[in-house]
Formats: sequence, C-alpha cells, structure tokens
Amino acid sequence: MTGFDRLIDALTLQAGYNSALVAIGAALLGLAGGGAGAFVFLRKRALVSDAISHATLPGVALAFIVMAVLGGTGRWLPGLLAGSAITAAIGLLIVEWMARRTRLSEDAAIGAVLSVFFGLGVVLLTVIQTMTSGQQAGLGSFLLGSTAGMLISEAYVIAIAGAIAAGLVFLMRRPMTLVAFDPEFATTTGVDVRRTDIAILVLALIVTVIGLKIVGLILIVALLIIPPVAARFWTDRVASLILIAAGMGAVSGYVGAAISSAFAGVPTGPVIVLIAFVLFLVSLLASPLRGALAAALRQWRFRRLVHQRQGLLALARGEAIYDRLTLSTLRRAGYMRRDGVATLAGRSAAAKALKDEARWAEAMRGEADGPVVADYDGLTPIEDVLTPDQIADLDRRLARLEVAT
Amino acid sequence: MTTAIAASPELIVDAGRIVEPSVAAESPLAIRGLTVSYGRKPAVFSVDADMPATSMTAIIGPNGAGKSTLLKGALGIIPTVSGEVSVFGRPFAKTRRRVAYVPQRASVDWDFPARVIDVVIMGLYAEIGLLRFAGWGHRKKALACLERVGMADFADRQIGQLSGGQQQRVFLARALAQDADLYLLDEPFAGVDAATEKAIVDVLKTLKHDKKTVVCVHHDLSTVAAYFDRVLFLNVRKIAEGPTDTVFTEANLQATYGGRLAATHIEDLQLGVG
Repeated sequence: MTGFDRLIDALTLQAGYNSALVAIGAALLGLAGGGAGAFVFLRKRALVSDAISHATLPGVALAFIVMAVLGGTGRWLPGLLAGSAITAAIGLLIVEWMARRTRLSEDAAIGAVLSVFFGLGVVLLTVIQTMTSGQQAGLGSFLLGSTAGMLISEAYVIAIAGAIAAGLVFLMRRPMTLVAFDPEFATTTGVDVRRTDIAILVLALIVTVIGLKIVGLILIVALLIIPPVAARFWTDRVASLILIAAGMGAVSGYVGAAISSAFAGVPTGPVIVLIAFVLFLVSLLASPLRGALAAALRQWRFRRLVHQRQGLLALARGEAIYDRLTLSTLRRAGYMRRDGVATLAGRSAAAKALKDEARWAEAMRGEADGPVVADYDGLTPIEDVLTPDQIADLDRRLARLEVAT
Repeated sequence: MTTAIAASPELIVDAGRIVEPSVAAESPLAIRGLTVSYGRKPAVFSVDADMPATSMTAIIGPNGAGKSTLLKGALGIIPTVSGEVSVFGRPFAKTRRRVAYVPQRASVDWDFPARVIDVVIMGLYAEIGLLRFAGWGHRKKALACLERVGMADFADRQIGQLSGGQQQRVFLARALAQDADLYLLDEPFAGVDAATEKAIVDVLKTLKHDKKTVVCVHHDLSTVAAYFDRVLFLNVRKIAEGPTDTVFTEANLQATYGGRLAATHIEDLQLGVG
C-alpha cells in the first residue's frame, strides 16, 4: 500500500478507528480555532494568544507531577488540560496586569510571560524525566502534537469544549465586534471593554487547551490566526469572516490529521499549520475580492484605461503622443494605424472622449458631492453611469454655456 | 451626588461667578469637579459644566487643552481621578440609552470588515439585544439614518472605500440610530470637506430643533458663532461657559489661547458683546 493510498484511506475515514477519531477531532478543533480566532485577529491580539499557549506548558508538567505523586498514572488527559488551563490563565492575567498597571507596553509583557512560562515548563519536563514513574514518555508530544493513541473520551473533551467556544462566539458576537471596531463607542453603550477582551482571550485559551493534544502548544496560535487572516481575503463582513475562518480551520485540521496519520512519524501540528498556510496562500493570490492576482489585474486594466483615455484626448486635440504604452493601447484598440494616423474609429472615439470630459466637468459643477459623481473615475463610458435623461440634460447645459460664450 | 446637582434653578453664585440659571435638576449633562490625568499632570482639572436642554455647545480650546479628554472622562471611556457626572439627573450608567457618542473618526481602523450599513446597525445593538438577529426593521431604520446624512446610496459599500468626510457622516448616522437625547461629538468637523461640514451642521441643527442636546469638541473658531448657541472655553481648567452671545469674547479667547491666537484673526470671529 503506497503512501497515497493510505492518505486516501485516511481522508475517507477508512484508515482505522483511531485515525478517523483524530481526523474528526482535528476538524472540530480547527472549527473552534478559526471561529474563535476571528475575534483574536480582529482585535489584533495574536501575540497575546501566543503567550497564553506557551504558558500552558508548566501547567501540563505540574499536573503530571501532582497526579503522579497522588498515585495516579499522571497521564490522565482532563487533568493535564485542567493544569494547562490554570497556568495559561495565570499567564494571561499577568500580561493583562503588566500592560495596565505598569509602564511596560503589552509586547514587552507578552515577551516576558511567554519566555518565562515556557522556560519553567521545560525545566519541569526535565524534572519529570528524572522521576521514577515510567510513564512520562509522551509529554513532549504536547509541544508539537500527535495523533497517536487518541481515546474517544479525549475526542469528547475536544467536541464539548469546541461547542462551548462556538456558543461563546455566538453569544458575544456583537460586543466583540463593537470592541474590535470601536472600543470607545463600545464603552459608551455599556459594553465592558476589558471583560470583552478577556472573553476573547478565554476563547483563545479554550482552543489552546483542547488543541494541546493534536496540534501542540507551540503552533496552536497558527490555528487561531491563519484561518481568519485567510478568510479576510474573501469577505468584508464579520459574520461571514467567522464562518469562513471556521470552515478553513476545519479543513486544515481534517486534512492535516489525515496526512499525519498516513505517514508515520510526521508530527500533526506542523502539518495542520502547513495546510492552513496553503489555504492562506490560495486566498492571498486567488481571492477576487482582495487577492493579489485580482488586484494586479485590476491595476493593469486601469492603466490601459487611463492610457487609452489620455491617448484619445490627445488625438482629439491634435497633440503628439510619445508614450509607448499609450501608442500600443491605441493601436491594439484599432484607434490608430501603425504609422500613427488615427483611424476612423479612432477619430470618433476621440471626439466622444472629448465630449464625455466636457459632460463630466459640467456634472461636477452641478453636484460634486453626489454619490455618482463622487465615485466616477472619469474613465468608464458615461452611459454606464448616468441615465440618458441625465446625459441629455448635461448636453443642454453645455449647449447653453457655448451660446453664452 | 444628585443633591449637589439638583440645585435650585435660580441664580447660583459659584465661587464669585454667576452660573447660568437655566440648569435644572434634569440637566442633560452636568459635570462637577472632573479631573482626568495621564500620568501625574492633569489633562483636565476640576471642571464644572452644565449643558442645558435643547442647547448646542462647542467645547473650544487650544491643542492639548483636554477637550476630547473632558468628553471621554465624562463618559467613562477613560478613568477619572475625581469628579461626578450626571446625565439627565442620574448616573451615566443608568442613562446610557439616552446618550450617543461620536468618536474621532481617526480612532478606529477603517479596514475593519464591515459595510456602511453594518456600522450604522451598531448603533442599534442595544435595541437588538444579544441573541436576536438584526431584522428588516433594523435595516430600514439604519437606512433612514443614512438618508439623513446623505449616505443612503453608500449603504452596501465597504467602509474602507469611504473618504474622510463620508466616514464622519457614517459615524453621525450611527449616533442617529441610537435615537438619543444627548449627542456628544468629538471633532466632527476635523478634516472634512465643505459639503460634509454643511451636511453635519444641518443634521445637528435638526437635532436641536427636535429638542435634543448637542455638545461638540470644536476647533474652528471662525464657525463657533454660526453653529453653536453656547461655548465652553477649556484649557485644562474651565475658563468660561455660557451663551455664545455673551461669552464668546476676545477676553475669554485671550484667556484660553493666550499668545497662540493671532490678533488679526479675532476680528473675523463674530464675537459676542461680552
């Protein structure tokens, strides 16, 4: 069986019970991550969520030590997750407090908390390695995630926490939108900006904690940030941004987990993040709304339009044209022969361009502030923007002006 | 707190100055001893102010005088060191629904994923509540507010495509959607074109006509007399407050702006008789 066959099996949930469980769990995780991440992204708090995720490590290690000392196996997942949530929350509160109560800026507070908590976690992990308990192996997988040996109970934990995150997003969508767009206005309408910010970061915390097992704490922030950033290319509305981001997160999680289970030894977290990055790249390039290719195409068309109009006006006024792009544009449109003489079509188009310019100057005089005039680029054919009646009215006004002068 | 403010409507002699008699217990906005500080230097120090109902007040003063800070402190947007604020005779927390605030348009990121109509509907959030979806009725209401500022044709535009003047009008439409009784605007005329300025002034005058109260942080001295019936001179401390006719005088301008005001300008300002 080739790797490709195994991948197809994994993608169609045919690769065995555990792979299917992990793929579904990762999809749910991605769903929650993308949805919750939308507000983290809109409120520009990506770095804070990175501090939160790194602050989970000492919690995982401490929970393991406590459970091992109490005589348990030390690897009971809900216990480990609870421990990670506690230290992550402590880290979050310290960042909050430092940014609000001291003169330190938030990025300095983030840097301090992130590195100190992560360092503490690594030290505790080495302590665990010297402990007699033989079951410590595997805690390292919380760094980069793994799909090995997932239990149905663990999938339930992810599903329930993911549902809680989704419910929180739905309940708080208006205050969170307000705070992300205009915190001053939000305050005056009675929204508590600080509490809303904390709620956004609690969302990030929930996703981080349930993502520890599959994606790992180092890369989980990517699952919060990349999907909404990619989704932003496709939409100009918050509601659809949340849905698209959640969808992209789910796809990343599902496909990433499938690839990881098809090829033994490939860590899950990095693969999921890379899939999310591919979605981001496609969005960046291909989105018709804000994508780079669409923007380049619009820009190119616009240049041609500008050169064509400039060229036609020059023809109409009998001015010489030197610009190469202008010349080639006119030639390609059939307005000019190769020897530089205007064709019949060129002469009539030039006359029309001259007339449109005069019409627009008159329209601007009339109501410069009107939505149609304010938007007009001066290049689109005038018939596409104004009604025949409006054009006739402009022509009458122009005729009167000519008589007057 | 209310007892201090619910003073008799007769003349009150306050530290030797005569305070306007029109301040009733239900004053739309009454500020007492408000001090706001960034660090250890007060930006606004012990300011008293009373905005009578159905008035249009300009808060004027030089850069860094604390004009915006006064509004933000009064509305709890930034923490205050001392002072009391009452809105329609009650604490602001209990009268939020009667107040609409228009921040400086530069204070938000206009690349935010929202259409013009979405921003105006934000003014209806308190009415819609947390769980309900915004319905057709809300959209119609928001469109009517956009109509009043001349922006109805832009309802489905992305807000990032708007000019500065259009952004300001969208913010005003959002405040109109709140259907408040007291409107507080932070520099609504900053960096807008003449057409927008006229559109905004017309809306504000309609509000006054509808018995609403309007307070603007304002920086253009040449339009104070034409737009506003009251002025509040501020330079960290309150210099003077009252009807434009009597308070908008050269003496108060000099006291507020000091040497920063060119004498040649003063002649053009339609000063009050003082």
